[in-house]
Amino acid sequence: MPESIERGALTEAVFYILLSLFTPMHGYGIMQNVSKLSSSRVNLGAGTLYGAINTLLEKNWIKSVDGDKNQRKKEYEITELGKSMVEDEIIRLQELIDNGRKIVGGEI
Amino acid sequence: MKYVIRKAYWNYEKEENWLNEMASKGLALTDYSWCRYVFEECEKGKYIYRIELLDNPAKHPESNAYIKFLEGTGVEFVASYMRWIFLRKKASDGPFDLYSDLDSKIKYYKKIRSFWTVFSAMELTIGLSNVLLGIINPINFWCGIIVTSVGLCFLSLRHNVAKKIKKLFQEKKIRE
Repeated sequence: MPESIERGALTEAVFYILLSLFTPMHGYGIMQNVSKLSSSRVNLGAGTLYGAINTLLEKNWIKSVDGDKNQRKKEYEITELGKSMVEDEIIRLQELIDNGRKIVGGEI
Repeated sequence: MKYVIRKAYWNYEKEENWLNEMASKGLALTDYSWCRYVFEECEKGKYIYRIELLDNPAKHPESNAYIKFLEGTGVEFVASYMRWIFLRKKASDGPFDLYSDLDSKIKYYKKIRSFWTVFSAMELTIGLSNVLLGIINPINFWCGIIVTSVGLCFLSLRHNVAKKIKKLFQEKKIRE
């Protein structure tokens, strides 16, 4: 198992896409949600999002929500594997924040 | 009222800028075929235009799936030419960029780079071999010179993209 690759940092886009998909959403919903979560700091390009969704589907971190086949927009949601990836990432980010605060200081 | 403008662009970024200038003047592209642009009047600055190179021809199922996805995000598909598609989005919906992070930008520019690699190699091969054939027939020589110049022009476009990729890679060494 290629463990070393799996331990790498997630990109900001992927992290926010995964967070968004704790609630099933379609592509445009993800774009709007990520923009809202980040107070308009992260604005996902549709091309970037499309590539990320396809990679995440392939890796089984997210899945298509079975719904009405005639539904115009496809909806996606996070899988258990995806959730565990988010949890690992939170631990990693927390470590960065803790170390940053410890050395630079700056209590909130 | 429709306006038809015949114009040739080799550089899709300049072409995109031109389309956006036209839109800001109140003329929105509604159709494209080989060097033929069809415009319709619109509210000034109503649309932002983008031109994108796809992996497959625009009619391919994979391209269709992507275009459908884009349409779900408020992007309008305007026209296509082989692997190139013309897109627009209402300016009132905010900025319109297809690629928002370094990884996806690099991947996209690499696609553009290989597009120009293939075309410049093709033109240069045909051009230079015709220049050599010029020993037998002077017509070949002059055709060869023209095709070679086109090839060099493509090569310089490829060079511009390669420079962009290099810059993005440098940024990627320290940032996501």
